[in-house]
Amino acid sequence: MPRNKLLSTTTFRLALVYLTLFMVSASALLGYLYWNTAGFLARQTEATVHAETSAFVTLLDEGGRAALVHAIITKSRDPRQNLFLLEDAKGEKLGGNLEAWPDKTPDLQGWINFNYARRTAEGDIEIQEAQAMATRLPDNMRMLVGQDIGERRRLEAQITNALAWSVAAMVLLGLAGGAIISRNVVARIDAINRTAKDIMGGELSRRIPVSGAGDEIDQLAENLNDMLDQIERLMSGMRQVTDNIAHDLRSPLNRLRNRLEVTLMKPATQEEYAQALERSILEADELLGTFNALLLIARAEAGAARDGMEWVDLSELAQDAAELYEPVADEAGLELQLDIEPDLEYRGHRELLAQMIANLLDNAIKHAGEKAGGKSVRLSVRTRGMMGAEIVVADSGPGISIEDRERVLGRFVRLEQSRNTPGSGLGLSLVNAVARLHGGDIRLEDNHPGLRVVISLARRARRRPSDVAAE
Amino acid sequence: MLQLSALAEPLARSNDVRVLVVEDDLEAAAYIVKGLRESGHVVDHAADGDDGLNLAMSGQFDVLVIDRMLPKQDGLSVVASLRNEGQTTPVLFLSALGDVEDRVSGLRAGGDDYLTKPFAFAELLARIEVLVRRTSPGEAQTRMRTGDLEMDLLSRKVTRGGQEIDLQPREFRLLEYLMKHAGQVVTRTMLLENVWEYHFDPQTNVIDVHISRLRAKIDKSFGTPLLHTVRGAGYTLRAPE
Repeated sequence: MPRNKLLSTTTFRLALVYLTLFMVSASALLGYLYWNTAGFLARQTEATVHAETSAFVTLLDEGGRAALVHAIITKSRDPRQNLFLLEDAKGEKLGGNLEAWPDKTPDLQGWINFNYARRTAEGDIEIQEAQAMATRLPDNMRMLVGQDIGERRRLEAQITNALAWSVAAMVLLGLAGGAIISRNVVARIDAINRTAKDIMGGELSRRIPVSGAGDEIDQLAENLNDMLDQIERLMSGMRQVTDNIAHDLRSPLNRLRNRLEVTLMKPATQEEYAQALERSILEADELLGTFNALLLIARAEAGAARDGMEWVDLSELAQDAAELYEPVADEAGLELQLDIEPDLEYRGHRELLAQMIANLLDNAIKHAGEKAGGKSVRLSVRTRGMMGAEIVVADSGPGISIEDRERVLGRFVRLEQSRNTPGSGLGLSLVNAVARLHGGDIRLEDNHPGLRVVISLARRARRRPSDVAAE
Repeated sequence: MLQLSALAEPLARSNDVRVLVVEDDLEAAAYIVKGLRESGHVVDHAADGDDGLNLAMSGQFDVLVIDRMLPKQDGLSVVASLRNEGQTTPVLFLSALGDVEDRVSGLRAGGDDYLTKPFAFAELLARIEVLVRRTSPGEAQTRMRTGDLEMDLLSRKVTRGGQEIDLQPREFRLLEYLMKHAGQVVTRTMLLENVWEYHFDPQTNVIDVHISRLRAKIDKSFGTPLLHTVRGAGYTLRAPE
């Protein structure tokens, strides 16, 4: 992976933001640590020097010059690293362990930082750093009280060093961690991008790998895969539609054309012409019907009808459809039995749902009439589970064999035994499309004997509100 | 043309019906105009929305047949302008858009009927006739009569020759629609839309079965039939001459 790509990833930028935030808070912590260690040492030096100075000033007040000189000389013998120097008005050293007054001007509080030469235990001379406070005394005397701060400086350097290293380690680890995490995420997003490119390149069956971690990227991959499945299904459906249109509309169109042509070929009577035209009109009407059914299916499948969703009284809808088909069933020698749960409302497309029920009844009556050995058709509408709805149309006709069940849901499929009944072969595929539009599915089952078509609709049903209030 | 002249018969008897066809597809327009003229109507044609609106504003037409998609100004806005100006001439929309939503928007814009392309000419003719009759003054009726068939809309009783006929609620609505348009041709689609409120085409001819049931009740045991089938178009309920 190129570095600039890594730097430009969202994850890495996010990691950087976190790193910055982390560093700000860590720096505050380290600063506090520094103030409490190195700062503490510095404050302690100052406090000691202050205390010694004020002790000497008090001694001078109470015991006079001789007592001060004596005290300084005594203290100077102390092997600890306190430094003293007392000079008179002429600059002569009166006592102390410093050789000369440092040639530096003290700051406003009287502090002087200076270097001085010191003899070590081995007799070598070494330059040491010191911090001292200069005090002007009566009689133009001046006094310097200080401390060797070499040790302190070394300690401070060590602390600073340690802190610097931890900051460096923090930055490095943070950057590395961010890079690793984002690299991982980038690799997975790369996989998605590669798959998308492959699909755009025409490999429609490619799918995004799912790592199995169940995280957001996996969810994204799964959703995208579902979407791709849906697109592939729609596209293959579309291909099938074109194939089927070519097949099923072309031959009747051809027939229509041939009839007209043949009629024109030989002289005919007015009557014959009228007959040919009438048959042609009939055929054209059938073609249009097929065409409209195809459009409707395509619309339902594309989900374009989703805008027309409203609360529909499914019970009433089923009742009306049953009433429309009752005489037809009667004529076919069938008893239409109803088992409709009252006041069942469903959020859906009124027109398409009505047509779906009509198609189911139409189908059942057409294929399970008395001639086919059927006795009855039963339409049931009921709630199923939580807010689900189920529409079942069961007949006692010849039924459909298991092998053919999957096939009849496709477009234009008309089984051999029903070739002589009218219909475009689009009824069940429209039912299928409408069920799918409503987040449901269609199942064909054996009714022992006969066929049972079960439409399960997704959870969008409710009882009619007025009845809820009345209960 | 045999059928068409049969259809035109009741219209030809009433005075000339003046129809304005606003349609930009000239071939389709020519076919509609020719068909309507042969059915005895007086027809004008406009090829775009602006011309259509100007002509329609004159108020000299009995019915307007307007395509939904027109150049310059679409059919919906033509009708909306007409209605804004207080023009109540009935409007029949023609459209290639046949979805419920499209039909609803067409009717909401002030259309009185909606016909999806492609359509059978007989369907258009039947609907035009119904629209024209609708504007003729008709006070709220409580009783209707066709020949010796009588319907009382209040008591919901139907009698023929004084003999009471028992009808199912839907059969009553079917007969009510037929009687309201007695003498006119009503198509199967019109019956489905107005009696059952279905806007789709059931594959089997369910309407025919309902009609034959109704016919068995109102015509069978009586001498002269009132309910006639008009071939290639639909049905008509007509009092004997």
